[in-house]
Amino acid sequence: MAGPVGWLVIGYLGSLAVLLIAGFWTVDPLSGEVVQGFSLENFETLVNEPVYRDIVGRTVLIAALVTVTDALLAFPIAFYMAKVASRRGKAILVVAILVPLWSSYLVKVLSWRTMLSSEGVIDWVLKPFGLHGPGYGNTAVWLVMSYLWLPYMILPIYAGLERIPNSLISASEDLGASPFTTFRRVILPLAFPAVIAGSIFTFALTLGDYITPRLVSNNQFIGNVIFNNISNNLPLASALALVPIVVMVAYLMVARKLGAFEHI
Amino acid sequence: MRTQDAHPVRTAWLVVASLLAFMLLIAGCGSSSSNSSSGGEELTKLGKGEGEVNLISWAGYVEPEWTKPFEQKTGCKVNDKVAGTSDEMVSLMRTGQYDGVSASGNASARLVDGGDVAPVNVSLVPNYKTIFSDLKNQPYNTFDGTHYGIPHGRGANLLMWNTEDVKPAPTSWGVILNPKEAAKYKGKISAYDDPIYIADAAVYLKAHQPDLGIENPYELNEEQFEAAVNLLKEQRPYVGEYWSEAAKQIQAFAGGDSQVGTTWQYQYFELEGAGKPVAASPASQGFLPSEGATGWSDTWMISSEAKHPNCMYMWMNWIVSPQANAEVAEFFGEAPAQSLACEHTAEKDFCAKYHAENPAFWKRVYYWETPLADCGNGEEDCKDYNDWVQAWTSIKG
Repeated sequence: MAGPVGWLVIGYLGSLAVLLIAGFWTVDPLSGEVVQGFSLENFETLVNEPVYRDIVGRTVLIAALVTVTDALLAFPIAFYMAKVASRRGKAILVVAILVPLWSSYLVKVLSWRTMLSSEGVIDWVLKPFGLHGPGYGNTAVWLVMSYLWLPYMILPIYAGLERIPNSLISASEDLGASPFTTFRRVILPLAFPAVIAGSIFTFALTLGDYITPRLVSNNQFIGNVIFNNISNNLPLASALALVPIVVMVAYLMVARKLGAFEHI
Repeated sequence: MRTQDAHPVRTAWLVVASLLAFMLLIAGCGSSSSNSSSGGEELTKLGKGEGEVNLISWAGYVEPEWTKPFEQKTGCKVNDKVAGTSDEMVSLMRTGQYDGVSASGNASARLVDGGDVAPVNVSLVPNYKTIFSDLKNQPYNTFDGTHYGIPHGRGANLLMWNTEDVKPAPTSWGVILNPKEAAKYKGKISAYDDPIYIADAAVYLKAHQPDLGIENPYELNEEQFEAAVNLLKEQRPYVGEYWSEAAKQIQAFAGGDSQVGTTWQYQYFELEGAGKPVAASPASQGFLPSEGATGWSDTWMISSEAKHPNCMYMWMNWIVSPQANAEVAEFFGEAPAQSLACEHTAEKDFCAKYHAENPAFWKRVYYWETPLADCGNGEEDCKDYNDWVQAWTSIKG
């Protein structure tokens, strides 16, 4: 126990602690050097400057949208894999979901960038119907992130559904429940922790990403502002880095309230 | 699990307690270690090459045409990392993993202040002697009389447009900075994604609102700064894309997502070479729109933690050697720093075209500088770089 705990405390939580402390430091306006001390200046800036509220709001909103989208897309796929597909079909689907994870993240985002451009394939397909693609912007970020993190949602849900014994479903049917009732009262409650587990991935990954927004939109997300400040105003970047942590902790508390961790 | 973890609460407290102890330890160490910025020692004698050199450069500065001969001659393998902005260069240099950087004026002062780069012993760089004298001893490469680098070349940022969509050919930055004109190209304007872009607005205002009294676009007082920032906020809704990677802008212009905007020679030549209908302010006007332009004068600097200092010195000497400097200047499209390079350019009148030997021309080009609170009037009333960064965040929204 001591080894892993030591590693966790020093290597992981320790660096988080340094990050936390740096958020209370300031930058000397004349020399640009970091002044170590205690000041709430950075947090005041984050609260008082409307632009930071907008950025945090935008990031959390997109993260939530991506999570919901992925959950809705992933559940049917995972259900098919776990309960319907033959053994061979299952294997093929697992591979199909894993393969995109093996290719470079940048290649995937840049492909989307090309597809979303005004002479890209999305516009070309929509043109005959008199429609336009979303172009670059928040919609593009939402699309690309939903695509990128989908496997991280499918796999936990698949694992969760796999663990539900088929006999429970049969029992529900034998007792006269309609398929919908079986889904709502038996499958969903049992699979819920898995959905939450997947949502932690999609939510956290979206909160932290800064390359996708930079490549398919003009909008700043939390990660972009951290990146812009890191060489020049490390304390402000640190303070900002605490925002996703706080949001994540709040999210986990809500998930716990909803009973997501009861069966772990 | 439950039987193993008999005392989950106790374990949790233990973790919290050790965390607190660790935080105190860090805080204690932190306050005792001063952020001294001794910039390392300068090399006194050139030794044997270390076999490789790790560089950070602007796109187009480190290309096989002139790195291959360098590698053959010195045995120093060149590893290059291209950076898109000066901020990126500063953060990369602070990792201590690189030997040198082609720093512009808005990075060099910060690198020297932060102790990230070491003084350069110019007597170990024989080609330094014949570098244009108006590039030597400048505030962005020489600090308190100490040389911190070898001038590489200089140029102006360009106004580029798509000749099919933008008519007539613009002669002023107003096409993207005057809200009335910019509205015509809504969503098709391309702007540089860096706080230093605020200076482009200041150059425009210097010409069009003389009552603001802007002298140097990097030394802006409260009122001047606010005017420049507001101009960019007005421009914001018309901007299709802010770019910081050259490749990103090339793709946007090639695909029709951007039609007019600020660029570097590198992107312009790449697009022109690919047969795209782009144009930039003509050479007859010195590549400058009527207001003049922001620009850069770059300096190769050596890291204070360089692991391959000998190779880095050889590189600094190589990149300003007449042949290599001519090649990089022509490839990128900038004025060479090496006076002897003008005899080696493939295009015979290249140096004349780029005004390499004409100090008067460069008066209308405002080289990137690091904005400081002290603008020389002893009042510390100018906006410093941190203000620029914060303003840039609020401009982009």
